[in-house]
Amino acid sequence: MLLLVTLFLPLVVALILSLIPAGNTSAHRIGAAIGSGLTFVVSLALWFSFDKTSPAFQFTTNVPWIGSLDIGFRFGLDGMSLLLLMLTTFIMPIAIMSSWRGIRDREKMYYIMLLILQSGLMGVFASLDTFLFYVFWEVVLIPMYFLIGIWGGKDRIYASMKFFLYTMAGSLLMLVAIVWMGHYAEVQTGHFTTDLQKLLHIAPSIPFEAQKWLFLAFALSFCIKVPIFPLHTWLPDAHTQAPTAGSVVLAAVMLKMGTYGLIRFNLQLFPQSSMYYADFISVLAVIGIIYGALLAMVQTDVKKLVAYSSIAHLGFVVLGIFSMTAEGVQGAVIQMVNHGLSTGMLFLLIGFIYDRRHTREMADFGGLAKSMPVYAVFFAIAVFASVGLPGLNGFVGEYLTLIGGYTSQHLTSRWFAIIGASGVILAAVYLLILFQRMFFGPLTNNENRTVSDLTKLEVGLLVPMVLFCVWIGFQPNTFLSVSESSTRAVVGVIEEMKGEHRYAAEVNRRMNGDTSHIAAPALPGAPAASPVAPPPGATIAPAPPPVQVTPAPMPSRP
Amino acid sequence: MISTLLPIVLLLPLIGFLINGLLGRKIGSEKAVGAIGTATVGIAFVLAIVMFAGMISLPAEHRRVMVDLVPWITAGQFSVDFSYQIDQLSIIFLLIITGIGTLIHIYSIGYMHGDPGFSRFFAYLNLFIFMMLNLVLADNFLVTFLGWEGVGLCSFLLIGFWYDRKFEGVGIKWTGDAAKKAFVVNRIGDLGMLIGMFILFNEFHTLKYHQITEIVTAGNSFYPGGSTALTVATLCLFLGACGKSAQIPLGVWLPDAMAGPTPVSALIHAATMVTSGIFLISRNAALFTLSPATMAVITGVAVTTALVAATVGLVQNDIKKVLAYSTVSQLGFMFIALGVGAYTAAVFHVMTHAFFKALLFLGSGSVIHGMHDEQDMQKMGGLKKYMPSTYKTYLIGALAISGIFPLSGFFSKDEILFRAFSNGNAVLWFFGVAAAFCTAFYMFRSVYLTFEGEERFDHHHVHPHESPALMTIPLWILAILSIAGGFLGLPGVFGNVNVLEHWLEPVFEPAYTKFAQNESVSHAGEWLLMAISLGVAVSGILLARYFYKQRPGLADAVAGRMKGIYKLLWNKWYVDNIYEYGVVIPLQKISRSFFHRFVDIGVIDGAINGSARATGGISTFIRRLQSGVTQNYAMLFVAGIVVVVGWLVLR
Repeated sequence: MLLLVTLFLPLVVALILSLIPAGNTSAHRIGAAIGSGLTFVVSLALWFSFDKTSPAFQFTTNVPWIGSLDIGFRFGLDGMSLLLLMLTTFIMPIAIMSSWRGIRDREKMYYIMLLILQSGLMGVFASLDTFLFYVFWEVVLIPMYFLIGIWGGKDRIYASMKFFLYTMAGSLLMLVAIVWMGHYAEVQTGHFTTDLQKLLHIAPSIPFEAQKWLFLAFALSFCIKVPIFPLHTWLPDAHTQAPTAGSVVLAAVMLKMGTYGLIRFNLQLFPQSSMYYADFISVLAVIGIIYGALLAMVQTDVKKLVAYSSIAHLGFVVLGIFSMTAEGVQGAVIQMVNHGLSTGMLFLLIGFIYDRRHTREMADFGGLAKSMPVYAVFFAIAVFASVGLPGLNGFVGEYLTLIGGYTSQHLTSRWFAIIGASGVILAAVYLLILFQRMFFGPLTNNENRTVSDLTKLEVGLLVPMVLFCVWIGFQPNTFLSVSESSTRAVVGVIEEMKGEHRYAAEVNRRMNGDTSHIAAPALPGAPAASPVAPPPGATIAPAPPPVQVTPAPMPSRP
Repeated sequence: MISTLLPIVLLLPLIGFLINGLLGRKIGSEKAVGAIGTATVGIAFVLAIVMFAGMISLPAEHRRVMVDLVPWITAGQFSVDFSYQIDQLSIIFLLIITGIGTLIHIYSIGYMHGDPGFSRFFAYLNLFIFMMLNLVLADNFLVTFLGWEGVGLCSFLLIGFWYDRKFEGVGIKWTGDAAKKAFVVNRIGDLGMLIGMFILFNEFHTLKYHQITEIVTAGNSFYPGGSTALTVATLCLFLGACGKSAQIPLGVWLPDAMAGPTPVSALIHAATMVTSGIFLISRNAALFTLSPATMAVITGVAVTTALVAATVGLVQNDIKKVLAYSTVSQLGFMFIALGVGAYTAAVFHVMTHAFFKALLFLGSGSVIHGMHDEQDMQKMGGLKKYMPSTYKTYLIGALAISGIFPLSGFFSKDEILFRAFSNGNAVLWFFGVAAAFCTAFYMFRSVYLTFEGEERFDHHHVHPHESPALMTIPLWILAILSIAGGFLGLPGVFGNVNVLEHWLEPVFEPAYTKFAQNESVSHAGEWLLMAISLGVAVSGILLARYFYKQRPGLADAVAGRMKGIYKLLWNKWYVDNIYEYGVVIPLQKISRSFFHRFVDIGVIDGAINGSARATGGISTFIRRLQSGVTQNYAMLFVAGIVVVVGWLVLR
């Protein structure tokens, strides 16, 4: 119940806002802020009632939707998705309030779009049903399309179309794969299904040749979203053209849909194919790290620079995921959060200066440290968090993903991690170019001399982000521990294929739905009969049928 | 007691940073800000002395104290805590950092007086001390790395402190460029350190120093002569050391780091941060000792650096640049010691160098302060009558670094040269002596150009004056240390009286047992070597005196006759130019024209937009079919029938 409230609260607020006349802009502004703020508060309850020792999905809900195909409103969270959900609920109020100054046009629709976007994003992270996941995946596209297309910069139409078509192209194949898997389940067990937890049992028995295709169908869709080289060219355009809040949400949360999908679907459903393709995708990830950084280095538009830096940063995430080690995947998960914070902050800061100066060209700035000292401090923190300076958040994720990549038994070469690590040099280059050009040097431009420093509201939006940057920098375990056991369960499945059983306990608890939480199958909505009190509001999913499957034999690598 | 004091010592500078950083502008008063900044470091120094006294009272084997504060990163099998250790090695660094740090904080109150960024400056300095303490007190690589990059950050912020000032260099126009260069070059070294850590973690499943040392030294069968992994790991770590300690090929940033305020140059770019590399290697002495290949590389790099930097120092006109190249060269001496396994000698030189180089930098700062921000020695001269204290202390520093008996530099440098001879070979020793000769020459060149001879400055605009007591008192304290510091490490010919060696023995013992010390040189030989190095120093000084005091103008004539060499040295062996035109600019060009314009916009986006256009084109064509004109449809209909019928008939 708690999870459902979190998921749909923004949507409800959007509905309420739609009833308020468009002229009452302050109602829309404040209403949207309160709505997303409340969502954050509710999600805190999820955070504190989450049992992080359990690798199983929690707060699970199962309401039938299309009964004949066993498609249902199945929601639930494990540690990984909880972190991303919290990231979403944390970023959204900030994104909404950051728009108060810059957005002066069709505000009603704008805030409604942002709220729909929020529900969509949370739905993606909380779906435990492949079809439902697909629906939310597509739902997210629409408000973002409008955000870019209506409130964007001068090339907004081109950018929003490119964004839309790129993503659609990928997701169609994903839909095909989802249907194929449901059909496979029907052949095996007699019932078509899109229940992720059932599919987790069934998927390993899919013949390896078919698995490879399924893997690729999902991976293509996710890799476009991440984005992975060479599928990335929508990103710089979308980022540059999107309004500030759009860029913030795009960078902070939307890109994580891709990396999340890679873990949740590719790694979990197709561990054998993941091993098969690990090298291939890691190569692309490493290319992305270097390529993104080199391109960031030569940008003159500050927003484009940060957009290209995202490609580099997410390369680390993907490398960590396909290291398929507990360290690497944990690093990837925390790096998703980190990138959300530090890049989100950078986009926010660029938005603030854009509101004042109406330019994003680096050459138009210079010497801002003198006229905007407070702004400079926040910018410096965001830059160094992005650079991966130890003591700030970025370092933890990068370090873990790289150590995962280096020690991985699944990747054939240590060079992935070593070349990837050289990205830290380039990150320093492009981000310091950015910082230096904007803030150092003399104040030559008159407009820069008179520009006003941050307002109290703007400082108020940035401070929580900085606090989390420092918190994760010094005490990442607060967050790492949340996803540790679900990560182990994911990695454990893969290791078992190789005959290692370090995380076998977690795998079993996950596959059996962790009996400490789910004692007996119960009907949706029925009072829980479990001796252990379930998390508040959680409705209990029926335990997955005990399908006995043997993993398909994996052919040796050609 | 030590374990309770350690966290306090560590956190005091952090508290100072937070107070001055967050509230500095509200506090407003320079006195209060300066007092807070200085007090936090000063108290840390006092506590460090208390800890030191406590350690002395303990038996040698109990002097290592471990303090585990809180966990840091835990994921999978990887786990690292904020854990610290204080032992005979780290206490020396702790005392140097907090002691000299306190003096420089006091000095800065005078030097930075009236600067609009006064509180920001003290906040950065305190943050630097905090990070430096993390670096040397860590008991594992990762916490050291936190400090390692943290000091790099502070170095960046402080080099670019006067961010709107111009600064000349290859590819450098503003102080900000110099700051960026320092950070990026350091990052190249940090990459080495990262990879080194990956290898070590992969091999040993831990990043704790003492555990790694125990593993590699346990038994005689394990890692006999070192494995490839160890060699690569130590080479990577050495790359990190090269970055921080400005050794070839990563030494290019240090001379440009002089763009920062002079107290920063003294503290960060002379006394403390740049010796991090020496710390890292001495901390892992056993590990490095097990890899003879790495040791050879270190020695080669070190002696080259010592000599090359010393030669460049010969021709610099900026007083701070002379000192910067001198620092690079002296760091080279320390690495020579490390390379031949003389860890104590390296640490000894770190200590004495911290005294006299901080003294020299602060002295140059006092000159710059008194000369209204003039740094060019060509525009100085005859200052000794205006700034007597600065002159005297600078002279003491110059004598110490040149290696004149019985000042501290004599003992530490002599120890290194002696070890280079006994553990290494005569060639190594010879190059070391040559570098020492250059050192004496360029140092006294700077003394004569600055303080002696005719007054070459413009008397209308420049009125040289002695600096306030806040600045001269630290100078005198450092001068005393530069004179007396050497007695901690008296050479073997005076009997078994090397205090420092005894103190550090437990730390380096595991390394020494694996690396036989060659003590074959007789006492007579040792006396001879000592006499030679003293003679070389004296002749360097006399030559400088001849050139710059007795025959002014001769230097220019000689430079004119040896144009080729002069140009080579003046352009710093063209290293900066090679990097700028060989790496930086080509990389930018390739990124811009090939990757961005060709690959990204041309190929990838071209394909995407092309397919979009193709789709559009096909649709346009098909759209024409649906024209709404009935005759056209009838035509198509008939044509279709003809085709189908024709196909059926002709089949």
